[in-house]
Amino acid sequence: MAVSLREYRARIKSTESMKKITRAMELIAASRIIKAQHRANAAAPYARELTRAVSAIATYSNVDHALTTEPTDPSRAAVLVVTSDRGLAGAYSSNVLREAEQLVEKLKGEGKTVDLYVSGRKGEAFYKFRGRPVVQAWTGHSDQPTYDVAKAIGEQLIEAFLNGEDEELGVHEVHLVFTQFKSMLVQEPHTVRLLPLEVVEGESKPESGEVLPLYEFEPSAEAVLDGLLPQYVESRVFYALLQAAASELAARQKAMKSATDNAEELIKKFTRIANQARQAGITQEISEIVGGVNALADAQAADD
Amino acid sequence: MADALQVELVAADRIVWSGEATQVNARTADGEIGILRGHTPVMSLLAPSVVEIVTDGSTVIAAVDSGFISVANDRVSLLSEHARLGSEVDLEAARAELEEARGEDGDEARIAGLEAQVKAGERAS
Repeated sequence: MAVSLREYRARIKSTESMKKITRAMELIAASRIIKAQHRANAAAPYARELTRAVSAIATYSNVDHALTTEPTDPSRAAVLVVTSDRGLAGAYSSNVLREAEQLVEKLKGEGKTVDLYVSGRKGEAFYKFRGRPVVQAWTGHSDQPTYDVAKAIGEQLIEAFLNGEDEELGVHEVHLVFTQFKSMLVQEPHTVRLLPLEVVEGESKPESGEVLPLYEFEPSAEAVLDGLLPQYVESRVFYALLQAAASELAARQKAMKSATDNAEELIKKFTRIANQARQAGITQEISEIVGGVNALADAQAADD
Repeated sequence: MADALQVELVAADRIVWSGEATQVNARTADGEIGILRGHTPVMSLLAPSVVEIVTDGSTVIAAVDSGFISVANDRVSLLSEHARLGSEVDLEAARAELEEARGEDGDEARIAGLEAQVKAGERAS
């Protein structure tokens, strides 16, 4: 009995230290979510102004741009999957990967070949393990993405799209799979088509009553659109990365909270069993002593 | 100040400066542009340069790289991925980076952006 008591104590100790770790991770995630939300809010004005500008151009000039033209016969598509760099975030990465798999299946069903682009180590590992080629992976930024990363990703995707006819790298459409941060409790995987652009649809449309002013474009509407659209695409990618970062942290906080709760319960259970074992040991010792005393007394009585 | 311009200088990840001003000077792809109240609505591409925002008492200096400016109804929005106030520029670091970029002859846009930062930093200090 004594051995198992020691074992239980060791288990309680290790569960306790595990609980401390998961609790710390929970708190870290919680504080980072607030920062991530601040970042998302801080990036909103830029996205809003860009959307306004792009819709102003789209409304007042009939300019066709390479990034907005629908290819006549799309046969190749690119999918950018935004996952996390680290695990311990519950089903966060597997949810977004499942959504990506569904999209890939759907695109393949439409007869398109799919090029994969991945952000985050988890996604990279997922496709590497399955031996599926990934065109490019960006890693190391998933919980605090910077605009430079979004710019790099955006540039690469735009280049692939503009080289649409190129057999090697070109694609006809670009899809984006990321997790949208609805609230602290709800994060949903989300698919959007990034390219060709559908300009009217925006994250923050100008209010319908607002009349857009009649802009003069310098040097020309085409040139302004040329400069604006890539930035618009990059800002959409940035938006997706920020949403994904907030979702990842929220998922991690939730996962770590339930891990802490589970650890607490385990500790309770182990403490009960350990106490029982200890009590059983004591009872046995007492009964042995009492038995011994009785035996001695009996022997003495028999001698008398 | 009812007769002022509402100015917003926005970088990709934050609002760098916002407030009221009497005049905004910037450089676009076509050349210098100065904006006072009542300017006709304009949308134009910014060249990497130094932007001046003249307020009542002082002038705000900022560095911008590629981006755009839009003016409408006395609202001026300056959008630039890496907009930065002159007072925020770490002059030594920016100079060192500029030297490095010139040395390895990096892309022109980067050099122009860094030049703007150095200029803005010099003028602000």
